[in-house]
Amino acid sequence: MSSIDLRDVTVRYGRTTVVHGFTESLRSGEWLGLIGPNGAGKSTLLRAVVGIVACTGEIDVDGSPLAHRSRTRRAALVAYVPQEPLLPDDMTGAEYVMLGRAPYVSYFGTETRHDRAMVDDVLERLDLGRFAARRLGSLSGGERQRLVIARALATEAPILLLDEPTSALDIGHQQQALELVARLRHDHGLTVISAMHDLTLAGLYSDRLALLHEGSVVASGPATEVLRADTLAEFYGVRVSVHLEPDGTVVVIPRRDDLADR
Amino acid sequence: MTATTNQYAETLLPGRARSMRWSASAWLPAALVLVVVAVVLGAMIGPAGPTWWRVPLAMVDRLPLVSVNSGVTDAEWNIVWQIRMPRVLLAGIVGAMLSIAGASYQGVFRNPLVDPYLLGAAAGAGLGATIVFTVARSATADWPVDPAPTVAFFAALMTVTVTYVVGAAFGGAKSGVTLVLAGVAVTSLVTAVQTFLLQRNSEVVREVYSWILGRLSTATWGDVRVVLPYVIASSAVLLMHRRHLDLLRVGDDEAVTLGAPVARIRLVVVIAATLGTAAAVSVSGLIGFVGIVVPHLVRLIAGTSYRRLLPLSMAFGAGFLILADIPGRVLTNPAETPIGVVTAFLGAPFFIVLLRTRAVPR
Repeated sequence: MSSIDLRDVTVRYGRTTVVHGFTESLRSGEWLGLIGPNGAGKSTLLRAVVGIVACTGEIDVDGSPLAHRSRTRRAALVAYVPQEPLLPDDMTGAEYVMLGRAPYVSYFGTETRHDRAMVDDVLERLDLGRFAARRLGSLSGGERQRLVIARALATEAPILLLDEPTSALDIGHQQQALELVARLRHDHGLTVISAMHDLTLAGLYSDRLALLHEGSVVASGPATEVLRADTLAEFYGVRVSVHLEPDGTVVVIPRRDDLADR
Repeated sequence: MTATTNQYAETLLPGRARSMRWSASAWLPAALVLVVVAVVLGAMIGPAGPTWWRVPLAMVDRLPLVSVNSGVTDAEWNIVWQIRMPRVLLAGIVGAMLSIAGASYQGVFRNPLVDPYLLGAAAGAGLGATIVFTVARSATADWPVDPAPTVAFFAALMTVTVTYVVGAAFGGAKSGVTLVLAGVAVTSLVTAVQTFLLQRNSEVVREVYSWILGRLSTATWGDVRVVLPYVIASSAVLLMHRRHLDLLRVGDDEAVTLGAPVARIRLVVVIAATLGTAAAVSVSGLIGFVGIVVPHLVRLIAGTSYRRLLPLSMAFGAGFLILADIPGRVLTNPAETPIGVVTAFLGAPFFIVLLRTRAVPR
């Protein structure tokens, strides 16, 4: 269980500012959904948090700067599911998930029985045991994506960053994957930041949403405040209708222009 | 926590499934048997010396606490021990080194077409030898020791250093791709200089090419002693990085998020593989094909995990080169067929047959 504070996080590629002064605080067990059109800076922000791209500003975990911790300690604190993970075709499911134990293995060391047991445990909990000995190249997109999430969970990191975790999945597997993260959040206090394109799913699973546009946060708060038709029209350039279900779920439905308008 | 998790996992999976999931490769004992068989065969076969079937008996007779009447005279045993055995062992050492270096290079650059000579080790060694054979031959003619191997060794290291410095200046240490391109550029430049020198000194072309095509026929125990420390040190470092090479298979970015020091891993692996390759090349010449084909053969039979790939590549590489050296010394007797020609001649068809049955995994 860990909290994470991002203060004035800024990412520049040359003279272009891709993320501009992002500031958010997440309590332990909180889920923040990053939404915004393509190129808004969602993925870059997540990549900055895990150290793939350089950034300025401060990122604290449990009150201590993440940058002051060792490389492996950072990896054990923050797990990351990339948008387009690279899965070697000939690696087995178990070998792939075992990579998630890397932060716990010393430079010249090797995985222990405990690491193997952890991987077996994660595979079983995600109902992926039957893929343990299968080559990744022989699995479907949905099965591969679930193994990527399994790898992130094998790190036992209290903070999970998901970059479009369900983009390759059908609606059933989308729900299965997100339910899994929601359950882990509930059971283990996992703190989650996810970049998502599906606005309804983002609103359904996140406690709060942050809408990014050209690197800056232009709206943030609960789904009912951020997912508004006029806001989405302004920043996505789309016509949508937004419905509030009786259970509080915000549903975003794309609309076609009237034929008479054409 | 550990006990709880282990108990939980034990209840989830039957023991057999668990043991299969994490089982070690059964190929390593087979590979070691191949090496032993290759060494014995290599010691048995040659244009002169004792009757072939007496050699294993003589070898057993030399073991402690064992006495066998092999019928091999001391003079015949000298041929086996002083001429054949250094050659066999050198072939094994060079084959093991080139194979593990090739596999390691393929790992750090995530490119299956990479060989140990990628960053210019071969071109550098070739240029070093060419310089000795052309401009420095007369000056070094009365030296007690042939300077060609030493010059080739340092020229190979210098060339790879130049490649790394050029590549790193443009971000190659991070991406790997720039480093490969720098290797192509530096190799072309070095080869051009070598070609210019050869064109200006055409009388030594045959001698230089004989060196470049690879030779084990002049192997001595001295060569074995010179090259062995480098190969042991390089191989040990590479074997200690096999877990990291598996991590790099998911790409630099993801490896970073898993806590891997990617640039340092790449640098250490390249240094170790280059040092071993340069040492091997300096005593054996440029033996091609081994460093790229043996790792792929191992991938085809034992999977792509570097934990299995590196030790198995060493063992199979040693066995392969010892066996490949045997036809070269008897087929065209009394002349020798260059070992580089034999490796390609034997390896290429074998590899093509394997490709027909299974696609080469990444």
